[in-house]
Amino acid sequence: MSIFVDESTTVIVQGLTGSQGRFHGLRNRAYGTKVVGGVTPGKGGTDVEGIPVFDSVVEAVERTGATASFIAVPPRFAPAAILEAAEGGIEFIVCITEGIPAQDEALTYNRLVEEHPGVRLLGPNCPGIISPGKCNIGITSGDIARAGGPVGIVSRSGTLTYQALYELSQKGVGQTTCVGIGGDPVPGTNFIDCLEAFQADPDTRAVMMIGEIGGSEEERAAEWIAQNMDKPVVAYVAGVTAPAGRKMGHAGAIISGSKGTAQAKMAALADAGVRVCQNPTEAGEAMVEIVRAL
Amino acid sequence: MDLFEYQGKQYFARYGIPVSPGGVADSVEEALEVAERVGYPVVVKAQVKVGGRGKAGGVKLATGPDEARTHAQSILGLDIKGHVVTRLWVERASDIAKEYYASFTLDRPNKVHLGMLSAQGGVEIEVVAAESPDAIAMLPVDPVRGLDVATARRWVAEAGLDEEARAQAADLLVALYRCYTEGDCDLAEINPLILTPGGEVHALDAKVTLDDNAAFRHPEWDEFRVDEFEDPRERRAREKGLNYIGLDGSVGIIANGAGLAMSTLDVVNQVGGTAANFLDIGGGANADVMAAALEVINSDPKVTSIFVNIFGGITRVDEVAKGVLEALSRVEIASPIVLRLDGTNAVEGRAILAPHLNDRLITEPTMLEAARRAVALAR
Repeated sequence: MSIFVDESTTVIVQGLTGSQGRFHGLRNRAYGTKVVGGVTPGKGGTDVEGIPVFDSVVEAVERTGATASFIAVPPRFAPAAILEAAEGGIEFIVCITEGIPAQDEALTYNRLVEEHPGVRLLGPNCPGIISPGKCNIGITSGDIARAGGPVGIVSRSGTLTYQALYELSQKGVGQTTCVGIGGDPVPGTNFIDCLEAFQADPDTRAVMMIGEIGGSEEERAAEWIAQNMDKPVVAYVAGVTAPAGRKMGHAGAIISGSKGTAQAKMAALADAGVRVCQNPTEAGEAMVEIVRAL
Repeated sequence: MDLFEYQGKQYFARYGIPVSPGGVADSVEEALEVAERVGYPVVVKAQVKVGGRGKAGGVKLATGPDEARTHAQSILGLDIKGHVVTRLWVERASDIAKEYYASFTLDRPNKVHLGMLSAQGGVEIEVVAAESPDAIAMLPVDPVRGLDVATARRWVAEAGLDEEARAQAADLLVALYRCYTEGDCDLAEINPLILTPGGEVHALDAKVTLDDNAAFRHPEWDEFRVDEFEDPRERRAREKGLNYIGLDGSVGIIANGAGLAMSTLDVVNQVGGTAANFLDIGGGANADVMAAALEVINSDPKVTSIFVNIFGGITRVDEVAKGVLEALSRVEIASPIVLRLDGTNAVEGRAILAPHLNDRLITEPTMLEAARRAVALAR
């Protein structure tokens, strides 16, 4: 099994006719993902290499029965696209857009929760989600993942997600699902959402978690793990040497005052019984060791 | 982007938040002109983006021109925690009856806005929070509903602001919330917010952090950018559109993706080195971006080796390799370069570099080995 997406997931791409949407939408389809449509207002009736394009999400859902949406539109249009997807009946939204203003993100998240409580948003500013061999939505290169489990991966950083997939796949360890929750201040899906799903998924037998500086999501996740998780967890937190007060690339990656340091996050995770590693390679090796002992 | 106090006050004023009349001065003469215009007594305040100005002698009261001259002279050029003062804000001095604290920021765990209000202002809010947490009235604000005057009135009463300050403070808080949301701030903080003996409420300081992601809808922010970067390396990187943060070490870092870039800094540190910078070339970087990144790093005299750590996703490793060669053909790179290349088109990328490898251009198979090599070469 896998979490959130599998071989039955049908996907539309909002922004399929744009350069990012086209490139990644086609790449996802080539991976085997059921990409059933695209949405670009004003371009309904056309197609992108055989994928039909619709004017609105409502229409796309009516015609294709899509359950998931992949949003690849510029920051100023992304909040409206997210709400349109939810209103159109989409259950799982992946938004890779980077650079959405925090105010828009907070407003959109709260509208989504209040008006469409059953809808899950992944991102914004995330690499997407891949259940190897079944479904890949987003920008992850499918060839670095390995099907068959038993590891679930959840990560705030895109490139470190690839690094984690690569470390495991190279050593012959597969993944059930790899979720990139993104580096923005208001992620639609957080660590706990993913840990909860991995804990409930019988095929996921261990979890790798990759955090970074800023906010307190890792600490909250640690608390959740201590109380609810019986599967082994390996963690790596980036930014031990990051200076305070500077945004390290991601809008959410900032140490404010004494809050949000990597050290505090690693300590909280270690206290929760998580095996905390000093770099991605070490985390990969630790996970391989755990999986072999299962 | 963090604003200077004077910029923050100008920004507050746009949203109708009352501030003291004042002006900017870059010289003693300008300071005297502003003082003359707003009327004595005045406060002469150093404009630096660091706390503790008062203790460092960067904030002084002047009752007349002689004092104003003396203070302006002493504060201009003053070094406050490594920030040299080149600009002053001179404003009419206020009589203070009471000092309060007010701010809005994002409550990340709860994903709503958070207003903080306290009748104990003028000191660091962290100190108040630690010593008497009950003295801060926290107000979660749902972004969908916003903040109305009725709620703000209950809030000022709950925080225990003085009776005569409450009506004005409530209006000011609604204006501050509008500044924070419509003005796209990550943080809008007033400390102290004062009540004068005459019964007026206004902002005596301004701490504002703007959300760079919202710059596209704020053309008025351009004027704030003039002196945004004190570090010349950061200014150069900005001109090239690179995501760069200057640090103090000797290993220049280039990576793709914020997480990998942070991780690269950590790994360099673990193997005994120090990073000269954080540089994320982002997703989809091409040869031009890579060349620009190497040039910016090359201009840093502290750098003695360069570590390029790429895991291709959207970024194609062959493009990165071309960029490295491009940079080498354009400028002389003073330090040896160690590369670790994996991911999309890594085989093609390594093949492009293969004929050019020597003791100044080196590849290593893993991140850890590359870090060790770069750190050894930096010594």
